[in-house]
Order: sequence, then structure tokens, then C-alpha cells
Amino acid sequence: MATSTTYGARDHARAQEGARAEAMPVVPASDWPDPPPEAARLVWAETVAGGNYTHRVLARGTEIRLTDLRGDACAHLLLHHADRPWERLNVADTVKVQWNAYLGEGVLLLSDQGRVLASVVADTSGRHDALCGTSTLVRNTERYGDGTPHSSSPAGRELFKLAAAKNGLEPRDLPPSLSFFQGVRVREDGTLDFTGSAGPGAAVTLRTEQDVTVLIANVPHPADPRPEYVSTPLEVVAWRARPTGPGDPLWDASPEGRRAFLNTAEFLAARGTA
Amino acid sequence: MSTRTVVPARAAWSSMIRAGESLTLTDLHGNQAVDFLVYDAHDTAVRYSAPDTIHAQGGIFLTTGSVLMSNEHTPLMTVTADDVGRHDTVGGACSKESNTLRYGHHTWSQHACVDNFLAEGARHGLGKRDLVSNINWYMNVPVEKDGTLGIVDGISAPGLALTLRAERDVLVLVSNCPQINNPCNGFDPTAVEMTITGKNT
Repeated sequence: MATSTTYGARDHARAQEGARAEAMPVVPASDWPDPPPEAARLVWAETVAGGNYTHRVLARGTEIRLTDLRGDACAHLLLHHADRPWERLNVADTVKVQWNAYLGEGVLLLSDQGRVLASVVADTSGRHDALCGTSTLVRNTERYGDGTPHSSSPAGRELFKLAAAKNGLEPRDLPPSLSFFQGVRVREDGTLDFTGSAGPGAAVTLRTEQDVTVLIANVPHPADPRPEYVSTPLEVVAWRARPTGPGDPLWDASPEGRRAFLNTAEFLAARGTA
Repeated sequence: MSTRTVVPARAAWSSMIRAGESLTLTDLHGNQAVDFLVYDAHDTAVRYSAPDTIHAQGGIFLTTGSVLMSNEHTPLMTVTADDVGRHDTVGGACSKESNTLRYGHHTWSQHACVDNFLAEGARHGLGKRDLVSNINWYMNVPVEKDGTLGIVDGISAPGLALTLRAERDVLVLVSNCPQINNPCNGFDPTAVEMTITGKNT
């Protein structure tokens, strides 16, 4: 197709509609080819390439399912309150308040304000991490020769900086992150063992308990011992659901969690948003 | 030459430490948690990263030889001496907000570390966005096989000290932890001492 004229260039560009790539969002999400049972309520359906990132603002009461399609995804995750980003994921509070260093079903992802940003409602992986954070430009350059965002070995922190910038946030707004699908375990002497992944098909489902900005970088775990940069696609599917409410088993699963849900409910009631 | 400052129980403290200088923290009365953040003095967007420190050294406890890494995976300070053996960097700081979850809403009016960090940080242009997971010197936080983690009785004692060497010009923020609901400071906050030593001494 000739692109030497504006008309030709326009036709050439428009002819690309309908093209498919392995890693891409499907819009509208309800067109996702392999929908979960909640297809009618899908709000986000995307395949994130290995070594890439995505970001979205999600309303309170959205369920978001992350799937490690081929066994070498690692979903590094940050959450900020959508309207007040200075309220954000606090990894230290998340592990300390819940008396556990490991992430799994029933864990609440706590903000630094004594409230819940999201909860983990399902998990078939069990290989997650709240201790090691994500990778950096310096470290990836040492290990793989490069860590810039569009290299063949992008660093998680560099991708988070881009995702943050697209939401008006700066590097100072990026606290320690969580990662899903590749984890570590702590020995008695405090040293770490890398667990690797649970294999292809593992999934984890989060439920948003407030309006949140979600930043995801799909890059190798920083403790991944393999000399080569291995990162495979991550599926992200989200649908409208309901936030955790009184009577839900998760609400009363622990006294600390119950107080976190109560604090969240009070905050939202005072704002007039729930 | 050196400068010596006693930080009273519950108080905050901060100082610039020049590259090559050392900071010695002395637990004067034993079992006092010292919450600690460190920034590149010339670019405070580069600051202590607990996860980078943990994965760089392959473990969660800090002691002699531990390099305090920044969020850009560059060294900020190195632990050059430690009488205690291990210190925490997983548990973060206490706050009025997290206290309501950990103990109950009756703790809301109590003094907590995040308030110290915010007040002391403001003197250097640092705000809430600049607070990240910190170090808790002298605090004992083991992790069980099943992941259970918690602050337990300390293993420090009166007079035990640790020394950090600055690998670049850094700004250090300290909250001498006021927590009275857990054993991080034996339920009894006490004073600690900060000594800055020049690179030639």
C-alpha cells in the first residue's frame, strides 16, 4: 500500500485494525476470547509481554485475576489509592500486621493508613514474595548487560517509573513492591531460598477494596538465579464484583484484618463513597 | 574527632554523614529499637531499599558486612561493626494507623515512629512520599517455617553498639522508637547514643 501521500498513509494505518499480537489488551474486554464466567462484567483483559508493564485504575469491588501462562511470568505489583496516591501499599505493614511474611489466599494488601487496598481471594500458585522487591537498572546491567525499558532485559523499577509517570507519579512515589508467581522462603538463619514458579497456569485473584491505581511490571524476580533473562507472558483479566463486606469470611478472618476492613469502611462512609 | 549526641527516649534525630565518615549507634540501656532511614544527601529520591538490601545479601537479617542498598541498587552505608548479631529490616515503622490494626483503636493517641520520621524529615524537605520500609536496629523479628513473623524479645543489651560507614554523603533519619505495645524496646523506650566519627580517626 502506497504511503507516499496522506491518503495512502491513512489507509495503511487504518488497515491495521484487527491485527493481533501475542501480548495486547482486548478492547472492549468483553471480546476476550477465553472469558471467565463473569464475561459480561469484564473491564480489563490483556496479555502482558515478558519484560513489559501495564497499569490501570480500578474501582473498589473489582476482581483482578493474574495468570502465569507459561510458568515464567513474575507480576511485580504496586497499589496506590486512585485519588490520593500518597496512600499506597505498605509491604512492611502488610507482613507485620498479619504476622506472616508470605502471600497467599486471605492475605490483605494494606495501605500505610491502616486500611485495605486489596485482598487476595484465590491463589493456585503459593510462590509469591514480599521481601525482595523488583529489579533495578544497575543490577540488570550487571547481570544481563542492560536494564533499560526497551532493551531485551528491562528492569522492574524502570518499568514502574514509566507506569507511575503515566499516572502523574514520580520515582519518589514508588515504595517496595510485591511479586507474584516467583518467590523466596526464609531459612531459620534468615537466608533466602528461591522457590521458582509453580509452573504454567498458576493464577492469583485480587479484589480491590478501594479505588486503586494498579501498576504491574512483568519481569524476572531479582533472586532468579538463571543467567539468562527469562520472562514469559502474564494474563490480566478483571471484572466488576463486590468488595469484601461484613459477613464475608475474609472480613472476620483475623482481628487485625477485621480492624483494617472497619477502618476502610469508616473512611469510605465519611467520604460518602460507600 | 567525633561528635556525640544522646537521643532521648521517643525522640527523633537526623544528620548528614559524609562519605567515609562513620556513625556508631549505642544501645545505652538495652533492647531499644532504633528506626532508621537513609537517603543520598544530594538526591533524596535515592533512598534506603529494604528489598534491594535483602536480595543483595541473600537474607533478611542485618549485621557486620551488610551493605545498605538504595532503591537504585547502589550502596549507601555498610555495617562495619556489630555487637548484637542481627537486626531487622522487614517490620517497618510503627504508626498511629498500623497500631490500630495491631493492638486496637485505644492506641491512636500514642506517639509512633512515622510521626517522628515525618517531623524530622520535614526539616530536610522530606514528606510522606519519602517514607519507605526502614531498618529497625536492635529489633528481633524471626520468621518461622510457615512464614509466621513477629517482633519478639530483643537480643541486645546495655552498651551494645554497631557502626555504619557512609559510602557516599548520606542523610540519616532516626526515630528512637516510642512503641509501648510490643517487646521491640522491652515496653520501655530508652535513650540511645549517636557518634559520628571522621574518616581519619
